[in-house]
Amino acid sequence: MAFTTTAGRATDTTSVARPGRAISPRRRRRFSATPYLFLLPGVVIFVVAIIWPAVSAFQMSLYHWNVFNAQLSQWIGFQNYITAFQDPHFWQSLANSGIYMAATVIPQMAIGLFIALLLKKKSPTQPLFRVLFYLPVVTSWVVVSLLFKFLFDDSGVINFTLHDFLHLMNSDVSWLANRWTALFVICLLGIWKGIGWSMLIYLAALQGVPESLEEAASMDGANRWQRFQAVTLPAIRPATVFISVMLVIGGLNVFTSVQLITDGGPVGQTDVVLTYMYIQAFNFTDFGYASTLAVILAVIVFVLALLQLRIMRTDDAEEPA
Amino acid sequence: MSASGLVTGRSRRGHSGRAFGTSVRYVLLIAGAFIMVAPFIYMISASFQSQAYVLTIPPQFIPNPATTSNYTDAVTSENFILYFVNSLIVAVISTACSVLLSSMMAYAFARFSFPFKETIFRLLLVGLTIPAVMLLIPQFILAKNLHLLDSLPGLIFFYIAGSLSLNTFLLRSFFATIPGELDNAMQVDGANAWTRYWRLAIPLAAPALSVATIFTFLNSWDEYPIALTLINSQQNSTLPLAIATFQGQHSTQWGLVFAASMIAVIPVIIVFIVFQRYFVQGLTTGAVKG
Repeated sequence: MAFTTTAGRATDTTSVARPGRAISPRRRRRFSATPYLFLLPGVVIFVVAIIWPAVSAFQMSLYHWNVFNAQLSQWIGFQNYITAFQDPHFWQSLANSGIYMAATVIPQMAIGLFIALLLKKKSPTQPLFRVLFYLPVVTSWVVVSLLFKFLFDDSGVINFTLHDFLHLMNSDVSWLANRWTALFVICLLGIWKGIGWSMLIYLAALQGVPESLEEAASMDGANRWQRFQAVTLPAIRPATVFISVMLVIGGLNVFTSVQLITDGGPVGQTDVVLTYMYIQAFNFTDFGYASTLAVILAVIVFVLALLQLRIMRTDDAEEPA
Repeated sequence: MSASGLVTGRSRRGHSGRAFGTSVRYVLLIAGAFIMVAPFIYMISASFQSQAYVLTIPPQFIPNPATTSNYTDAVTSENFILYFVNSLIVAVISTACSVLLSSMMAYAFARFSFPFKETIFRLLLVGLTIPAVMLLIPQFILAKNLHLLDSLPGLIFFYIAGSLSLNTFLLRSFFATIPGELDNAMQVDGANAWTRYWRLAIPLAAPALSVATIFTFLNSWDEYPIALTLINSQQNSTLPLAIATFQGQHSTQWGLVFAASMIAVIPVIIVFIVFQRYFVQGLTTGAVKG
């Protein structure tokens, strides 16, 4: 997101403003409805279906919300937030979301970059591998979640392979009946599904690394690892920032895979914030408390995204040389 | 491009080193690709197995006897044709509307300067950072008030809204690369803004529009949380919702679950393979560029 903003700003001052400049200053100042007409239908839908719900999620979090008659909802200030901070299940689900995020972001980036480096050299097989690695990314979360649930079933193929075939385990593991093994399966799915995405972005970024730089570095006697550290990594930095921001946001927003693989089970131990929110809203019809959980998560996501961008930006400023 | 750089680096080590490096590369790539693809192959295999053979020990990797009964059941008794059609209607209409509306917005942002431009643009930017699932509850209430609950138009409305930010972003950066001189020339010839948008910008932006179209289509086709929240009747189910619901109700009928999954996945894979180059473009223009 970050560079798209800066890219947008940069183009504003160059090519975009050009048609405006050709027009005389007096005509330019005259009000024209044209741009607003272009914006109107999209902006109306956007405000009604995205911005207003975002605002009203916050508003609802301040109420003991009455699902049957919203007018009768009781204003309780920040009581829902106090309840949340004292709710051990909220903390456990937040921990699970955090664990998922922490366990999936780095492997997706590292493996994605590694495969992109392997695929960098153009060869007849490159498009084929690109398709194969990207296949899980385009497949719907519902399908791959059910597929992993099937693979890790008690009598599924994973238990068969590890126990009966390779004899790596003494007995079958009930993967989905235990908090940690179930989280492991969910994280594994997240990594498996996301590798292709970061690979493709890194692949595109690597095409943009000037080959003259690499050549110069190898003339100077830099070995492959030194070239990677000194030339490649800094050159693909914008891609790294982008991928890490998007993956952190996506990681904390994990929902579908958990809902379909364990549905929070056993006894809510694998609930993440959004599955807990969903249960509070649509099983217990506590819309106010559920909105509170959503708002807390949104704030955490927002702060983390800003922090990441801040850290990356100061790093940029430090290395103009 | 970068091949020459690698070759100069490698040539010092001679032929044997290069051949060794290449074979290691291929071993790693093939192993990785196997991990990516094997679950799908196993899924296809399970979809051709009769119920009695799914989840047996040892598992059957090649269905014997192979049967297409899962597919015929999915299509006849389980209504998956209906869910397929629902998904298709929703995805096609939301994609068409979203691409049209976001290209109009993108054109306004790329070609005009006007009061509050930056403010409106920032508002759209916010849309990229709001987690979609966070909005489920207010969107549910909104749908209820607009009488859009349990209806395909309701899904379409929220799918359009959810894709506007990203598409506007992507198209705006593309429109900005179209030389302003062309626009000026048309303006001098008396073309109004709509003509310039429709006759000049849209045809020139065909590659970016294709990217936006493909991504919006796939996202709508695969969407699950909103469908789960808004839809509660079978007749309005989309494929992801129907597959998830079916698995929830018949937790052991994996063959049929995967036959239905294949019905959902095959169009996606065809779209993906046919338009492969657009995926790379989309990610580069929308994300990394600049």
